[in-house]
Amino acid sequence: MRQAIDVSIGVMQEMKPLDKVMQKMAEHKGCGMSAGSGKASCGSAAGQGDLAPEVWEKVKNHPCYSEEAHHHYARMHVAVAPSCNMQCNYCNRKYDCANESRPGVVSEKLTPQQAARKVLAVASAIPQMTVLGIAGPGDPLANPEKTFKTFELISKAAPDIKLCLSTNGLALPDHVDTIKNLNVDHVTITINMIDPEVGAEIYPWIFYKHRRIKGREAAKILAERQLQGLDMLTERGILCKVNSVMIPGINDRHLVDVNKAVKSRGAFLHNIMPLISSPEHGTVFGLTGQRGPSAQELKDLQDSCEGQINMMRHCRQCRADAVGLLGEDRSAEFTTEKIMAMDVSYDADTRKAYQQMVEQERRSKVAARQDGLSQLAGETSDIRVLVAVATQGSGRINEHFGHAREFQVYELSTGGAKFVGHRRVDLYCRGGYGEEDLLPTVIRAINDCHAVFVAKIGGCPRGELIQAGIEPVDRYAHEFIEQSAFAWFKGYLDRVKRAEIRHAARGDADIRQGAYVVA
Amino acid sequence: MAYKIVKSQCTACAACEPECPNNAIREKDGTFIIKPEKCTECIGYFDDPQCVAVCPVENTCIIDAACPRYQATA
Repeated sequence: MRQAIDVSIGVMQEMKPLDKVMQKMAEHKGCGMSAGSGKASCGSAAGQGDLAPEVWEKVKNHPCYSEEAHHHYARMHVAVAPSCNMQCNYCNRKYDCANESRPGVVSEKLTPQQAARKVLAVASAIPQMTVLGIAGPGDPLANPEKTFKTFELISKAAPDIKLCLSTNGLALPDHVDTIKNLNVDHVTITINMIDPEVGAEIYPWIFYKHRRIKGREAAKILAERQLQGLDMLTERGILCKVNSVMIPGINDRHLVDVNKAVKSRGAFLHNIMPLISSPEHGTVFGLTGQRGPSAQELKDLQDSCEGQINMMRHCRQCRADAVGLLGEDRSAEFTTEKIMAMDVSYDADTRKAYQQMVEQERRSKVAARQDGLSQLAGETSDIRVLVAVATQGSGRINEHFGHAREFQVYELSTGGAKFVGHRRVDLYCRGGYGEEDLLPTVIRAINDCHAVFVAKIGGCPRGELIQAGIEPVDRYAHEFIEQSAFAWFKGYLDRVKRAEIRHAARGDADIRQGAYVVA
Repeated sequence: MAYKIVKSQCTACAACEPECPNNAIREKDGTFIIKPEKCTECIGYFDDPQCVAVCPVENTCIIDAACPRYQATA
């Protein structure tokens, strides 16, 4: 509540008109229509998309940047950066529940030395771990010594691991050269606004040049520093992704402008994420009842930004100490106590062998997708449907309906399959709901889908899904997702043509607000 | 007087430690403490006490009325 009071004080402060600098920044380099315009499918999902070859080479094995890679490659975050230099209304640093997963949360802090050891321990145990990120739990660049020392130690001990960091951007311009010198591959900047008016509703204050600055003045400085940092990074050839939190009624429509601004400055990927704002997290937005977007609202915004820039749709909004593949968290296996006791042997050859195997699997998946798409050749229809898929990864339908903790959602049309996101249905920290509530929760999460693809499903949920208008499909168990989806979709179109079924649009779906953990 | 850190409020984020112009802040038993004899309330250094300005939890760095005002020794 105290934070909420701060917001209003910030807003009431004297408001200065937007100066010419901001205007200039918005116009800077045009609006980015030259590259990537007219893009129809999700590049991050489909593979290379319209990324330049040198960019694709850099990101293809990065789980946070390539939807395809995230099934095969793992990342880890080390929590060496506890301090932050600003306050966001969607963040609360005071509570730290080990049973939840959201940015800003960690279970233990590490020193750079502990972090380096942890990275080696994880890399030895998980050969697909290719990326080390520093994402907090505060801001990496508000802790520059710890962050850069960690990168230095890791690049010496495990030079094949890619380094990246995720920042709010306030301190970014001061550290760009160090980032370049340390060979950091990728930087993610969280940019939620370019208009201080909007920013004043998201950021109660920043700490800048030894002062706590509030309201519009704070948001203006922040936006300038973020865009300046983005410019400086792209000028130096460092790949930049931009994260934005979608806050309905505050910055939802404005994010289209943000999208243009960051694209024109050379960001290669834009990741629009839904606000997480459960009251139990104790954030300002959680306490004021600010809602997050529905699945449809999120998809509509992402779709309207497509064509400007590749949109990322597979973000799991993970913890700042997450370990493993996206969507799983193995951090509990690698606590400081455990890693100190581990026999760590960093074996570059084993890692290489594993990664070659992954490449082979990837190629067969691409071939299967081509094969599947050919089944739709000659079909013309305006029908678009969403389908949910229960998968454990590897691009296959290989999860039992009842065991699925999340569903991947694809949009099918005669033009192909577009990955549009994932829906979490895990039960942890649900706040007093019983087991019997599970099925309606799952149905609400995939309510915008026409079908759900599973490896197996019981009789009872099958009946309830059909009743809800969602077709359970288990005949493609353990097959490749897209190939199977095309085959089903062709059958669907045939049934519509023969008037066996009538195509009707589905409703909206919920985005789960609670915590995400893999039991 | 000096500032003190309310232990139950402190998240141990360490943001205050490097900002203190007097090196008066350090970690102790999982949270941070201010050495009162070193604290100058940032008078002479900055307009705002730095620990207060950077702390993410309101009312965590507060005036410790029990401590007499800092006196420069030289």
